[in-house]
Amino acid sequence: MQLTAVVRKDVLLQWRSPGQRVAILAFGVTVLLLLSFAAGPNTGALRPLASGFLWLALLLSSTLALADSFQTEMEQHALEGLLLLPVSARAIYYGKALANWCQLLVLALLLVPCAVVLYDVTITRVLALSGVLVLGTAGLSAPGTLYAAMAEQAKAKQVLLPLLLFPLVVPVLLASVKATALLVTGDPMRQVGSWAALLASFDLVYWSLCGLLFNRVVEH
Amino acid sequence: MKQAAPAILVGLGTLCLLSGSYYGLFVAPPERYMGDVQRIMYIHVPTAWNALLALTWAFISALVYLVRGGRAWDARLEAGIEVGVILTALLCALGAIWARPTWGVWWDWDPRLTTSAVLLVGFVGILALRHFVDDPARRATWTAVGTVVMYIDVPIVYLSVKWWNTLHQMQSTPETVATTFHWPLRVNAFGVLILMVGLLIARARIAEARLREELTDPEDESAGASNLVPGRVL
Repeated sequence: MQLTAVVRKDVLLQWRSPGQRVAILAFGVTVLLLLSFAAGPNTGALRPLASGFLWLALLLSSTLALADSFQTEMEQHALEGLLLLPVSARAIYYGKALANWCQLLVLALLLVPCAVVLYDVTITRVLALSGVLVLGTAGLSAPGTLYAAMAEQAKAKQVLLPLLLFPLVVPVLLASVKATALLVTGDPMRQVGSWAALLASFDLVYWSLCGLLFNRVVEH
Repeated sequence: MKQAAPAILVGLGTLCLLSGSYYGLFVAPPERYMGDVQRIMYIHVPTAWNALLALTWAFISALVYLVRGGRAWDARLEAGIEVGVILTALLCALGAIWARPTWGVWWDWDPRLTTSAVLLVGFVGILALRHFVDDPARRATWTAVGTVVMYIDVPIVYLSVKWWNTLHQMQSTPETVATTFHWPLRVNAFGVLILMVGLLIARARIAEARLREELTDPEDESAGASNLVPGRVL
């Protein structure tokens, strides 16, 4: 009950700041565009790199989305007010993490067509790819929400969140890129399953661990 | 005696390292395929073991701090991360120096190398976090949370990079290398271990002194801390 209320509040907040969402999406598309300049204009050379570029663009724009979710809480001490309500810190964490997960998933679903257009990839296994996107964005949002809570309350917040988050999500990035590449270019050895399992285990570990630790991060 | 413990340990560790390295550099025979380059193993492998040990100590301190609290455990945590980061940086540098003549490249994306690099940047990030939080209680808790979250990631990073790519040679332990290579490796391993324990104690004392200073004199923390530190170390 508390959880759904927090999710509703956060999704509503996101819904009511469309300018911010569009800006984050535009940033993601810009990154996709810029990354292709690093590899040259040859479509044949870009195609194998498409999944890596997609996830890098998603990772970079995810820090903006995650930071944003706590920035609003810092304005006028909203987080303190929220913690004073009879709602557990765990519900606040999972509510925010779920809302962030939804947001990142939507962002991913919007960036995929851009990657298809820019890098000329063909996607046949749409359902499997959606599964990888679901698992990958879940892996970004669980630790990302925890670290955003810390970074937004510290000095030098812009640099802290990526500095803390990026090394931690190396397994997510590797597994997501690998799984997406296999789905796009073909998977003769049937390896996608093990990468998805790795992603799922990371998600399991961090969704539980971060939920356990969150109340220590926001306590006074 | 208790005051002088870090100095004694650092001295003893250095002595072990000097004698082990002398044996490794001048007495032990060169390796058949790699030649003299292999001698870097005598310092590289002990550094690797102890880097992981220091970070494990940081992890344990973080857990104890989260459960029981206490300034001393925060100081130990800070010491563990900092010594661990320095050893991991050394480990990456030594590995690169060894890799260039052996593999022909400075860097390779093998699981152990990549995991060390990820560990290094991860814990540097936690040190940065520590630097950017003013409230001591909050700083301690957040460092502990960050350490637990990062440390648990290590096996997952290792596994993911292993699936991704693999080349590193078998781990070197006294069991996997010839008997003539044992002694320098063992002596140096203990040397780095003793040195590390000495540094951990010294660093934890500095951290505690700084914290005490910060809590008693919040107005002028930087000047106070820098005045206090040298006395505690020596």
